Amino acid sequence: MKSFAYVSAPDVEAAVRAISTEPNAKFLGGGTNLVDLMREEVEAPDTIIDITRLPLTDIVELPDGGLRVGALVRNSHLAANQLIRSRYPLLSQAILTGASAQLRNMATVGGNLLQRTRCFYFYDSTSACNKREPGTGCDAIGGFNRNHAVLGGSASCIATHPSDMAVALAALDAVIEVESVRGVRRIPLVEFHQLPGETPDVETALAADELITAVELPALPVAATSRYRKVRDRASYAFALVSVAAALEVEDGHITAIRLALGGVAAKPWRAYEAERLLQGTPANEESFRKAAAAELAPASGQSQNAFKIELAQRTIVATLNQLLTDGGAA
Amino acid sequence: MVEVRIRVNGTTEVVDLEPRVSLLDALREQLGLTGTKKGCNQGACGACTVLVDGERINSCLTLAVQYSGREITTIEGVDHPLQAAFVKNDGFQCGYCTSGQICSAIGMLAEHDAGMPSAVTEHLCAPETELSNGEIRERMSGNLCRCGAYNGIADSIQEVAR
Repeated sequence: MKSFAYVSAPDVEAAVRAISTEPNAKFLGGGTNLVDLMREEVEAPDTIIDITRLPLTDIVELPDGGLRVGALVRNSHLAANQLIRSRYPLLSQAILTGASAQLRNMATVGGNLLQRTRCFYFYDSTSACNKREPGTGCDAIGGFNRNHAVLGGSASCIATHPSDMAVALAALDAVIEVESVRGVRRIPLVEFHQLPGETPDVETALAADELITAVELPALPVAATSRYRKVRDRASYAFALVSVAAALEVEDGHITAIRLALGGVAAKPWRAYEAERLLQGTPANEESFRKAAAAELAPASGQSQNAFKIELAQRTIVATLNQLLTDGGAA
Repeated sequence: MVEVRIRVNGTTEVVDLEPRVSLLDALREQLGLTGTKKGCNQGACGACTVLVDGERINSCLTLAVQYSGREITTIEGVDHPLQAAFVKNDGFQCGYCTSGQICSAIGMLAEHDAGMPSAVTEHLCAPETELSNGEIRERMSGNLCRCGAYNGIADSIQEVAR
């Protein structure tokens, strides 16, 4: 790991001031991804601004029944929170399927959103990777790409975003609050992560000098009946091949509210708007689920080793919605 | 160099470190506490698991300077029935992962006592979850054992949890 200067920020104001004046500086939260990438020298900041002492660790109830989650709430604490478990059970489930207990105890909410892809070629400095080094090419295309994207990829990059938590947040219409010396702004989660296009090195809508301070969950009654289902190559502690975050409300046999998002299929948490549109108001049965899943995956295209994900994603959507219908949510 | 106060196993040590030194390397190389093991050094194997203020973490993915003043417990500071249970139930073969397994299991039992669910918990809001073999395996999945002593490890934890 290259040497760097270390600064510990006592408050948000000091943190955003420091990042606006230090060239090539990075915020350090739980460190579970950044320290790893620094050790591999994929990341080599000159200055580390430690934000773990900032007072952003509360989960606060909003007047409308939503929740405001501080950016430094650790993943394990968010998953265990009773309000999250009862109102947004898919979010608890998503977090609990991610990483290991040790990593969830370290990782923060803001850091989880900013974690980078685990594509092998991104980590391997001897490989071509447009994300790590723009213009060098993509060794995943035509290489080992079992884990890679089937939606929203480009000729530049087919890496997937690895977060489970973010998939649940996409389904929940979460909003990210960010702060810099220029002020505060709010970014819907579904607009936060970017598709690769020709600039796969640009992964989020966050500017270099901005700090994530909170994630807001709007009040969303349908979320009380929700689940997160993750399909992977081993039973635990692995990234998703495909995952589904789903919330379903049914009255008189018809779907009155639905939220659906996919993980493991794209460079961003994939909100399944087309499937939602088709399902709203239709009879809640397997035939409807199948049609909607097929429509959502219609634009998908596979690589040499991952085309199975297109069928797998459809089946996982159907299975998750069926489970919500028969067993209810995970709360 | 930065001055770091490491509170470990009830004593406070003051060491001068480069900020890039991990807590794992500080424990092993500066303080001579070699019970905590370096396996993958990338957060994948769990051999470096220590307790910080009672919670389990991977000490390899940290900067020691971040943990200044926090209460750290390594295997050298552990006196717990799990240790005898691991011996009795063949919870190891080579032993390299064992200190991480035991620190992790102590943290895991505390999480379970506090009512935390896991990815295999059927109802997230159930008041109590039985610590079944399946629950133990899921909750301990961050600790790998390349000898494959998993049956003995799960039995050891189950015996102590009862």
